[in-house]
Amino acid sequence: MTIFNMYIFDKFGTLMYYVEWNRTKKSGITREEEAKLTYGMLFSIKSFVSKISPHDPREGFLYYKTNRYALHYLETPSGLKFVLNTDTAAINVKELLQQLYAKIWVEYVVRDPLWTPGTPVTSELFQNKLDEFVKQSPIFGIRNI
Amino acid sequence: MSRQATRLDAKKVNSEFLTLTYGALVTQMLRDFENVEDVNKQLERIGYNMGMRLIEDFLARTSAPRCLEMRETADRIQQAFRIYLNIQPTISNWSAASDEFSLIFDSNPLTEFVELPADLTNLRYSAILSGCIRGALEMVQLEVQCWFVQDQLKGDNVTELRVKFVRRLEEVIPAGED
Repeated sequence: MTIFNMYIFDKFGTLMYYVEWNRTKKSGITREEEAKLTYGMLFSIKSFVSKISPHDPREGFLYYKTNRYALHYLETPSGLKFVLNTDTAAINVKELLQQLYAKIWVEYVVRDPLWTPGTPVTSELFQNKLDEFVKQSPIFGIRNI
Repeated sequence: MSRQATRLDAKKVNSEFLTLTYGALVTQMLRDFENVEDVNKQLERIGYNMGMRLIEDFLARTSAPRCLEMRETADRIQQAFRIYLNIQPTISNWSAASDEFSLIFDSNPLTEFVELPADLTNLRYSAILSGCIRGALEMVQLEVQCWFVQDQLKGDNVTELRVKFVRRLEEVIPAGED
């Protein structure tokens, strides 16, 4: 059980926030390029999923899995995108992201009058709360003892 | 303000507190601006900026999915008024094309204890509400127009807020590599 890293994008594809916990392999490109690449891929998957779906997709793209990690995706109706990479055994990540959105993002970013919508988040309070929140989740693993 | 762990529970504040605070804001703006039209514009703008943030709070509270049509949207707006102002506006007067509706308020917490002086008949006292709706819906890709048709402050029986769907905003495609 591990959580590797997380990206938060807004609806314009701006990287609002990036954080990593135990990422052993770096991508070898800059943070900005990596974010762009990730966002582009998510965008493509999303449109692919909705075009190919034989039913009306209510939820759309949720996650993909490789043999080493899983990428979980939550998009709010306001276009905010939470992307969380975990190991393949992690469960209930969708609920975790939903909680994270309600309890951390809304609480410490949206309600922060010093934050201008559309700009990356630099609030230290948010960073601490997010870190705390992720580390106390059951899927973070045992490293937090 | 104390910050507790269970912050998502409904925080109860006396509505009179809100009413009077809003009243103080409007009063101050009337002092700051020469003409009433500017006050209307500013109130609308403040509402718009509030709506932009309020929508996130609303979505997080209700985990409501995307709306597929205006009737759904109208219900959501009604729900939002219930959550944030504890009033239940009636939805009525749908246009034939279902792209326009009215929210009817029997009472409006913002205008409690308020009487408009005769020289301020142009003031849209609750303009913050229309701005708020516009800002919130823009965040969920809906462009709407929002204006007051009737106002209890101006002698009407009810306050009527009209919402008109303009268009659906398109998703932004990520910028390509140059």
